[in-house]
Amino acid sequence: MKTNINEYEDKETRNIYNIKSTLESSKKILGLSEEIVRNISKEKNEPDWVLNIRLKALDLYNKMEDPDWGPDISYLNIDELLTYVKPSTGENRSWEDVPDDIKEVFDKLGIPEDEKKNLAGVGAQFDSEMIYHNLTEKMKELGVIYTNFDVAIQEYPELVKEYFTKAVPLTDHKYIALHYALFSGGSFVYIPAGVKLDQPLQSYFRLNEKGAGQFEHTLIIVEDSASLEFIEGCSAPGYNELNLHAGCVELFVKKNAYLRFSTIENWSKNMLNLNTKKCYVEENGTIEWIMGSFGSKVSMLYPLSVLNGRNAKCEFTNISFAGKGQNLDTGFKVIHNAPNTKTVVNAKSISKDGGICLFRSYSWVKNNAKNSKLALSCESLMMDSESRSDTIPVNNIETSDCVFSHEASIGKISERAIFYLMSRGMSEVEAKALIVRGFAEPIAKAFPVEYAVEMNRLINLELEGSIG
Amino acid sequence: MLKINNLYTIAEDDHDKKILNGLDLEINPGEVHVIMGPNGSGKSTLANTILNNPRYIVTEGNIEFEGQDITNMRTNEIAKLGIFMSFQTPEEIPGITLAHFLKSTKKSITGEKQSIVELSKEISENMNKLDMNKSYLNRDFNVGFSGGEKKKNEILQMLTYNPKLVMLDETDSGLDVDAIKTVVKGINLYKNDSNAVLIITHSTKILDGLNVDKVHVLVNGKIVESGDMSLANYIDQNGYKKYLGENHEN
Repeated sequence: MKTNINEYEDKETRNIYNIKSTLESSKKILGLSEEIVRNISKEKNEPDWVLNIRLKALDLYNKMEDPDWGPDISYLNIDELLTYVKPSTGENRSWEDVPDDIKEVFDKLGIPEDEKKNLAGVGAQFDSEMIYHNLTEKMKELGVIYTNFDVAIQEYPELVKEYFTKAVPLTDHKYIALHYALFSGGSFVYIPAGVKLDQPLQSYFRLNEKGAGQFEHTLIIVEDSASLEFIEGCSAPGYNELNLHAGCVELFVKKNAYLRFSTIENWSKNMLNLNTKKCYVEENGTIEWIMGSFGSKVSMLYPLSVLNGRNAKCEFTNISFAGKGQNLDTGFKVIHNAPNTKTVVNAKSISKDGGICLFRSYSWVKNNAKNSKLALSCESLMMDSESRSDTIPVNNIETSDCVFSHEASIGKISERAIFYLMSRGMSEVEAKALIVRGFAEPIAKAFPVEYAVEMNRLINLELEGSIG
Repeated sequence: MLKINNLYTIAEDDHDKKILNGLDLEINPGEVHVIMGPNGSGKSTLANTILNNPRYIVTEGNIEFEGQDITNMRTNEIAKLGIFMSFQTPEEIPGITLAHFLKSTKKSITGEKQSIVELSKEISENMNKLDMNKSYLNRDFNVGFSGGEKKKNEILQMLTYNPKLVMLDETDSGLDVDAIKTVVKGINLYKNDSNAVLIITHSTKILDGLNVDKVHVLVNGKIVESGDMSLANYIDQNGYKKYLGENHEN
């Protein structure tokens, strides 16, 4: 029997997010077994060392247990999940070559248009495979590599070998083991030393098939003194069956390098989003995480930054919005492993109609991280008394030569403020939306401008059930 | 314009708490009314009930505005009819600038699409009249504003929306002499023969520069005496002892 989650079906029109491509996929694989893993690897023509990683991961997955904390995900039955769905098209260099039915989905999401305007490169994944990848000539000439991860294995095996699984090991947890057994698609980015991109790269991950999983692997290397802004978008149309996203992001920020990694995630509410992200930062390097989590039924996502070099910095900006039936268990982790390292966290969450937003933080300041600074701020806004919100900070500070601050505030939306705005002619819904937009504003500012607009649209969608 | 008939209210969170007890009030276009009364007599409740604040429940009587019964109308609909309240404690809206607030609420209240240029000019002129610094337009709404600045902001909104009836709920409280003068200036700029003002106050200072038509004394949720400016002066001198003595039933 299929896992039925009818109760969480999106009642409201989610407009563009609900567009489904009806084009038949060229291949679908149900469930998980050694044979299936071997088949996927064969389909991709992978070298043995990659297949061996898959098989080792499968073995680990079979031995590992679900986490004994966090939201219940025990209803996930991997045998009922489509673990590999190959779209009816290969990877294209031009949108003209993408089948109309699939292109329409990305057109509605505004991807090709954004690409023309202000992106140095775009990747688009549809179910298990990338269907589009393109990089401007200028970037290619500078030696920038931006390609499908499967292609990278074939074309840049040495680079991939050096970094793949090095940030996120197979053993991290059960669902990363599952990821490594089934990984497919995703982006590989290499920015050579000294190259500073003035426009972002964007990868968009779309899960179209119902009852399917997506396991893309993103690996980004930003060499010494290089600079990159990478944007990742994710969405899926709503179904009554459970979908799974178990992606992985591995980031390497070298000396004096800069990486801004922005994610706006709007999975449908039948999605389990069990994603893993890690970043290693070397001396004087900077990682900036910007995350907006709006979708999914359950999310478990706690990006880890390891500050391995002197003066390495991490900025983490997050906003989560949980509506009815959603349990967004997110957070961040940081390890300060060098002197003068710095972390700034600004996290906000909004919960409504019984939605749950939990923010976990784990800060480990090692004894060698003298003169390090951590400033954490978490604010939660609850739209009603059924919704839940909490922060769980865990701190492991091994040196006294460290400035650490943590501010947390949790509050319910002010009835007085709603009345005040209504006395200024706004409807109750408009008043709430304005308050929420104001609450989210400091985070929206951090997003690329199109995504800030997108975020406001999502807030309106969540609060008003329509795009205002 | 406004006609309140035998109005009774209770508190939403405490149904045993009776606040207004058979209040009658009529305000005509062009008039300035003043309501005075001791703490807890129901002054703010009256203004809030006119705007149908869900914290108060009307158990009897009704409120009419320009012949229409507005007792159970939603607050935003009442606001759109042209009733404005200057709040005793104006709210802060973090993340929303004053400029953004004025533009979106002006549109909500009037339902008109005014050009941004025209509205900006209007707001700018009104700010000049109220000695408000324009840099406030880019600051978050009321966040970090002083008490006086918040009240001036209420008057700025009043001038921007140009409503038909204005209720000033203790707008003068906590203000210094200069700020009160600015508020009075704002009221006089707004006032004409076709609109009306209801001033809720503890003190007569705000009344000095205004042409007051009627003064009402509110005690225990009921208007116990109405008169002209001399009544306000009497209360300023003698307080409410006289009325409290007569109303011991509570």
